[in-house]
Amino acid sequence: MNIVVFLAPFSLLLALIGLAAFLWTFKSGQYDDPAGDSARVLFDHLDDEPPRPPA
Amino acid sequence: MALTESFPARDLSAFVISRGDAEEGVDLLVKGARCAACLRKIETGIGELPGITQARLNLTSGRLAVRWRPGRVTPDQVIQRLDHLGYAAAPFDPAEAKSASDREGRRLAIALGVAGFGVGNVMMFSIPAWAGLWGQEMGVGGRTLMYWMSAAVAAPCALYAGAPFFQSAWASLKRGKANMDVPISIGVLLTLAISFSETLRRGPHAYFDAAVSLLFLLLIGRYLDHQLRSRARAAAGDLLALQAPVALRLDVQGAEHGVPLREITVGDLVVVKPGDRTPIDGVVVGGSSELDLALVTGETAPERTAVGARVPAGALNLDGRLVLRAEATAEDSTLAEIARLMEAGAQSKSGYVRLADRAASIYVPVVHTLAAGAFIGWMIAGLDLRTALLRAVAVLIITCPCALGLAVPAVQITASGRLFRRGVLVKSGAALERLAEVDVVIFDKTGVLTEGRPKLVEADPAAVALAAPLARASRHVLSRALAAAAGPGPAASDTRETAGEGIEGLIDGVPARLGRASFVGAPSANARETELWLRIDGDEPVRFRFADELRPDAAETVRALEARGLEVRILSGDTPAAVGLVADALGVAIWRGGLLPADKSRLIDAIAATGRKALMVGDGLNDAAALAKAHASMAPGSAADASQNAADLVFMGERLDVVVAALDVARAARRRALENFAFSALYNLVAAPAAVFGLVTPFIAALAMSGSSLAVTLNALRLWRVGGKA
Repeated sequence: MNIVVFLAPFSLLLALIGLAAFLWTFKSGQYDDPAGDSARVLFDHLDDEPPRPPA
Repeated sequence: MALTESFPARDLSAFVISRGDAEEGVDLLVKGARCAACLRKIETGIGELPGITQARLNLTSGRLAVRWRPGRVTPDQVIQRLDHLGYAAAPFDPAEAKSASDREGRRLAIALGVAGFGVGNVMMFSIPAWAGLWGQEMGVGGRTLMYWMSAAVAAPCALYAGAPFFQSAWASLKRGKANMDVPISIGVLLTLAISFSETLRRGPHAYFDAAVSLLFLLLIGRYLDHQLRSRARAAAGDLLALQAPVALRLDVQGAEHGVPLREITVGDLVVVKPGDRTPIDGVVVGGSSELDLALVTGETAPERTAVGARVPAGALNLDGRLVLRAEATAEDSTLAEIARLMEAGAQSKSGYVRLADRAASIYVPVVHTLAAGAFIGWMIAGLDLRTALLRAVAVLIITCPCALGLAVPAVQITASGRLFRRGVLVKSGAALERLAEVDVVIFDKTGVLTEGRPKLVEADPAAVALAAPLARASRHVLSRALAAAAGPGPAASDTRETAGEGIEGLIDGVPARLGRASFVGAPSANARETELWLRIDGDEPVRFRFADELRPDAAETVRALEARGLEVRILSGDTPAAVGLVADALGVAIWRGGLLPADKSRLIDAIAATGRKALMVGDGLNDAAALAKAHASMAPGSAADASQNAADLVFMGERLDVVVAALDVARAARRRALENFAFSALYNLVAAPAAVFGLVTPFIAALAMSGSSLAVTLNALRLWRVGGKA
């Protein structure tokens, strides 16, 4: 029974990390353009490439 | 599409977002970008312009953010570039774009995430506690420990995730009313309070998991409802952006400046370029052109205008540059008049009470009376305060309003998703409910029953082939219709086009003219008909006749509607003769022609006065007021922006049978919603007495609540099969 005292908070901690990860994905705008993001993965160039030098 | 390339740059500086000297930019709405290839093409294509620092397209919303070093690019260059790439684009007002950020949706999504976390993790403690209820090894101490841990997870989650409900309940109480959120808030707070007190007393039943799972289920419903509304709001915002309230004002030096429409005053000179709509009512003081009034009056034939003619706002300039002297400000123009009629219509519509709210007005008093009755009854019957209160709370929990809060949004989001695949945008759940109730369908003629643009009729293929080279060289609507009938081929050389007259040029070295009767020197047989004449060198002139053809499935649609017990009528602003022809062809007995916008909205009122409910299907500005006033309304995607704003549903594509599909889906949605109400009434009939007699343990409450929610959601999903193939 003593192990519960350790395991229960630990599993809660894991779940909290999951919640924090969800909030982070949300706040960093990862749900703003689901259609575009699924398309961008097909491109060769990096999505966050530095802007090209002025022509 | 390629309208912008042949004209000098427009002044769009009103739309530029400036961040000091570092960067400038513009947000654009791009139409037709749907796939990965489009995304790539647009971003690379724009990135190749000199001085561009960023070009990022949001494929979901169709918005393109472009940034550049100040002075290197103009918004018009970007739009022209997009035009070359094959995409039409319109700039967003920066203020408009900012307000589009969806704060309410974010808050609901985060609350949903927190509630989901709470529901998942509270079960880790609830299930051991329930297991202990059947006398297994867990004692009172272990159970109480489990309840404390549930409380630690559930209480903060419930308080956070419940905040949207608490706030809305408080706001409604302050106004002296009680909405659905009042019983929800009371239920959740009372449940938490009683569970704490039970845990403190080391009692057997605490409902921490019920409080948070109730909120989780309700938040799903609320989030779905919000998604539905925000999608419609975004579409409405796009329409506003496309209206681009900029007029080209001519100053004394003869230079053109793009200014916001509201700054135009009476007497200002305004330039209207081909392809643009007239921004205000005015008198032509320079140039001549043909105007397409189809969206203003419903008239199909283009109207010729020259100096001295009065022009209403909203007319599409077809071929020549016009200079207008403003006769009214934007607020006093025809357009604004129509907007006022629309507003009045929208107000009359806001009296509609949604199905879920009607059900709630029965549900709330019944449940509360029952809970209060249980409490008082048990007190009188001699139970102690604690048990009586526990049983009253059990009533509140088990009669969870999930069927109202979750089932109806689930039905409506499924129905609108179903229709979205058929190219129909549903603006609100209430719109679907109203659509299901209609018994009269009123069609506008031009652009709804007909295709809204002239098509070549009864033509000799040989003559068409002769005229085609000249037609291909012209941008005029009739020439385009002729060229479309002829198919691809060579264009005439050395062409010269006279606005409003015709085009002349060389076909295989032979001089030829294509245009109005007077332009080719032919006698005009019937001025009312839309026609084009061809004369090659000295030969006899050849006449081409154009007509606005019925949509291919118009007759079929009318029959399908009548088969569903609906009465079909036609109300049009076009001449009675033209409307009569269409009505005869479709077998519609009740029709009116030559109607003004106010007439249409009066006729809608007359129908409503007889207790019948009308669905208005229209596209013109002259329909906008009627669309706003009718019990339900639909507009095609080709409609005037104001009409699309006024309509409850907007449909894309050439086919009219989506009207039937939308009706079928709306009726099925209503049936599903009523079924769900019936199911939840049945469920409550069993569950509520059980709770009153103290038979509902937290375990049974959790099972019953999630079970009933699952049942109504699955029933809602059955809608996915209604309304034909996607």
